[in-house]
Amino acid sequence: MDPQAALQMLHKGVPTSWYLALSAVLFTIGVAGFILRRNIITVFMCIELMLNAVNLSFIAFAHEHKQVSGHLFTFFVMVVAAAEAAVGLAIILTVFKNRSTLNIDEIDSLKN
Amino acid sequence: MDLFFFLLFAFIAVACAVSVVLQKHPISCALSLVGTMAALAVLYLLLGAEFIVMVQVIVYAGAIMVLFVFVIMLLNAGAEEGRGRSWVARIAGLPALAALAGLLGYFMLTLLPMTGPKGSFVKFGDFTGGGAKEIGTALFTEYLLPFEVTSILILIAILGAIVLARKELD
Repeated sequence: MDPQAALQMLHKGVPTSWYLALSAVLFTIGVAGFILRRNIITVFMCIELMLNAVNLSFIAFAHEHKQVSGHLFTFFVMVVAAAEAAVGLAIILTVFKNRSTLNIDEIDSLKN
Repeated sequence: MDLFFFLLFAFIAVACAVSVVLQKHPISCALSLVGTMAALAVLYLLLGAEFIVMVQVIVYAGAIMVLFVFVIMLLNAGAEEGRGRSWVARIAGLPALAALAGLLGYFMLTLLPMTGPKGSFVKFGDFTGGGAKEIGTALFTEYLLPFEVTSILILIAILGAIVLARKELD
């Protein structure tokens, strides 16, 4: 890209696809944490990270199409995340009460 | 200026996200996640989503993360101990993740044109339809049914949380 075009691009703003690429990177980091981590609370936080990444792409598309629908989808995702956090953390509390561990490798009573 | 703010807060978001994955102690992970959410809130503001910014800060970074920190405190969760992983994960894990990120990023970058007259750009102030008024109008006309269903979902979530977390009565 020649400097003239780059300067013109800077004047026009940030390309929408950069927001989408950032969303993809954040989602991948969330997937990595979901797979790598062994603490059930941290795994849960990585799910929240993935939801946030998807929200970012929803809002970028809303800006792209100049429509408010993307914001509403983000709003519903947040509501679902709140409900999920409430139920999921209650499940974590119950699991910890019964087994006294947070390590997902040790919670395997459904195996075999 | 748009580019500067985008790069700054995108860097903060990615750095905090990496910190979420790499930190050993859950409370550090939670605080890093709050940092990611705050940086994302600024990016939402650049995209013109004023109402969602406030919801993000109040509900996500506020309420949900407080719930997380509360549970970490209740369970007195310590740092997780490192465990040996299989050699497949050791060797192929990082390249596979990099490939996933590269593939997703490539498709995202080629999805919308970046140059030319049809190129799509984000400039602060381009889109002003993200205020509370527009959201409310759309929510109570076009999206009324999802909104009502959401209330049932929240009721079920409350009941589920109470049932799961209550003390067993004799």
